[in-house]
Amino acid sequence: MTIGLSHYLAVAAILFTIGVFGIFVNRKNVIVILMSIELILLAVNINLVAFSAYLHDVVGQLFAMFVLTVAAAEAAVGLAILVTFFRNRGGIAVDDAAVMKG
Amino acid sequence: MAMQAIAFYVLATITIGSGLAVVSVKNPVHSVLFLILTFFSAAGLFLLLGAEFLAMLLVVVYVGAVAVLFLFVVMMLDVDFGALKQGFARYAPVGAVVASILAFEMILVATAVATGGAAAGPREPMSALDGYSNTETIGRVLYTDYVYFFQAAGMVLLVAMIGAIVLTLRHKPGVRRQVIADQVARTPESGMRTVQIKPGEGTGE
Repeated sequence: MTIGLSHYLAVAAILFTIGVFGIFVNRKNVIVILMSIELILLAVNINLVAFSAYLHDVVGQLFAMFVLTVAAAEAAVGLAILVTFFRNRGGIAVDDAAVMKG
Repeated sequence: MAMQAIAFYVLATITIGSGLAVVSVKNPVHSVLFLILTFFSAAGLFLLLGAEFLAMLLVVVYVGAVAVLFLFVVMMLDVDFGALKQGFARYAPVGAVVASILAFEMILVATAVATGGAAAGPREPMSALDGYSNTETIGRVLYTDYVYFFQAAGMVLLVAMIGAIVLTLRHKPGVRRQVIADQVARTPESGMRTVQIKPGEGTGE
């Protein structure tokens, strides 16, 4: 019944997959896509922290902190783009974004 | 040890279940609430791993800031989310197949690496080193060896903040704003005129 590294890695792998699945099935809704990206980054963080704890090296946790920073910045800029997009188009359907294509 | 196993399985189940709910529920507000639950349980997993600082950081940054930001945007935008849900049934089967193969492969590799491969290290997670707490250990490494990365992370946040402000700031037409330069540049000639009025006629305005 001891919980080993592979248990945490399995949780992270499943969470990562849920994030990818979320991007697949919600490809019209930008907000849910952004949340799926957050899930993927959380899975990466779980991986980093699990390896850090089981290999007795604190640098992994440091790297997880930097990933957290970038994820927060990404969420802020992503939502700002979303708000601007909504103002310009009156909706947030991803298909509308194709008008940006040249 | 058994208590730790129970805690792990409960937290892992809640994390995965609420993660699945994030991508599958219809109402985006519920999605955000499940996202909060996912991050909170993941913080619990971090605590079990002995990463107390990151667990608290996750609660403060995600539950406190990012999730509220998501909630704010979801509630602010007046979007018909029912129309956006179309295509779920169409993409779900293929997505599920690809996703389950992906998960199977990753778990296979992870188990192999963790049990006998490159990462087959000590069996126990790291406990507090030499009387230093987890936060102290992180601080000792972060502010010495990785101080430039720390500064770079600060720059990333600054750029993101400025970018978000620039993107969402908008000037409505027709709003009269105070322009200090115009006020300072006013002269008696531009602000005043003299009119010669003949007796009994007025200014004619």
